[in-house]
Amino acid sequence: MKTVSSLLDSEWYDRYKKISKLNIRSSIYDVTNKCNLRCKGCFFFSSDEHKVAEEEMDIQKWEAFIDREKERGVNLAILIGGEPTLYLDRVEAFYRRIPTYCATNGIIKLPRDRFPDLMVGISLWGDEEDEKLLRGKDTFAISSKNYQGDKYTYYLYTITPKQVGKTERIIQRIRNAGLKVHMQLLSNDESVEGFNWDDANLQAIRDEMDEMLDRYPDTVISSKYYHRIITTGEMLGRRFGWQECPSITESFDNRKNPKRLIHFIRWASDLKTMHRCCTSETRDCGICKDGAAHMSWVMVNKKAHMQTAEDLQNWIEVYEMFAKLYKFIPW
Amino acid sequence: MAADNILQRVAEIIIDELKLEDLTPVTFDPDMDLVDELGIDSMDLTTVVLVLQDEYGITIDEDDYPRLSTLRLIAEYIEGKLKE
Ligand code: SF4
Ligand code: SF4
Repeated sequence: MKTVSSLLDSEWYDRYKKISKLNIRSSIYDVTNKCNLRCKGCFFFSSDEHKVAEEEMDIQKWEAFIDREKERGVNLAILIGGEPTLYLDRVEAFYRRIPTYCATNGIIKLPRDRFPDLMVGISLWGDEEDEKLLRGKDTFAISSKNYQGDKYTYYLYTITPKQVGKTERIIQRIRNAGLKVHMQLLSNDESVEGFNWDDANLQAIRDEMDEMLDRYPDTVISSKYYHRIITTGEMLGRRFGWQECPSITESFDNRKNPKRLIHFIRWASDLKTMHRCCTSETRDCGICKDGAAHMSWVMVNKKAHMQTAEDLQNWIEVYEMFAKLYKFIPW
Repeated sequence: MAADNILQRVAEIIIDELKLEDLTPVTFDPDMDLVDELGIDSMDLTTVVLVLQDEYGITIDEDDYPRLSTLRLIAEYIEGKLKE
């Protein structure tokens, strides 16, 4: 019989045991419907998800809601929006109750005296040129000053098809700002011309991401298996999409026995409405490149990765990456 | 020590539910760590727990999952619940 220890040497087995019982149970929360940017291709605004529910303004209702979420077993609150830093009292309500991660565009600095070790992920879309075109400004110039050297912050670098051949300079700038980076791919939810992926640029960016990981292992938080999965949409001969997606809100999930995140819900900011999944309600699952959904896809399929040592090591690397990004284990 | 028939039945349920084709109730080491050795995850455990709850008419609290780390510990846990 294939057991974990029969597949792994002692070093890998130790790594496995550090993550095997973490039992991460995440849910996602829209902290607000507002943002201080309006990026072309923002999944939230492009799908009109900001209009489906009226924002809850009473902080006590937020607090009671978060307590209920904790009782529901959530041990990782992923805050998105809109822009969560527009409502620091809500961010704080989560931070005081549940292990919390906050996504932000980095324009507003989270005060570290109030949130000493809150994990922050700053969105970055390509280089200055892409950022100005898609987001209206070079956000890196602002966010890198706000968070320079911060040990609980990383960049969530959304690579666009125009970045092929250009990622190294971005990685270096992030390293020079004393920060870490995790890479994902643009899904181009608003079909901006010139920002669609094809097989050739996906292969090229996969090779480039692998190279960046090799060259900057202290800066890049990633894994080559993740690069393979996100660029091919395939894992162990299976194709990513609605039938395989792990990040679907429980009550929307009408599939039979899916491998999925337990009790996962993405909540709207009225604290009552639920969104379909971790990303845009209107996105075509067939072309979805959501990084977290692909990572989770690997994570919920552990047994399928227990055929060979290499498969299981790939699984461990992806799980470690996720656990680092959400502060369950150190960098 | 958990009654042998509970141990045997829990082994059958885990094997059936998780499709562990290369194990039988006889070869299933009752002290093998289900997570660290067998590689089962919390979703698997939830699946097994639902069946155990039906089978034995008990409630298994999610907070107790970390205690259910081997076949023997699960059987002992069920035995304790049945005595309550
Ligand atoms: S900063 Fe984020 S939430 Fe705001 S518009 Fe851009 S992608 Fe959307
Ligand atoms: S859009 Fe992506 S994350 Fe959402 S259900 Fe489809 S595949 Fe999953």
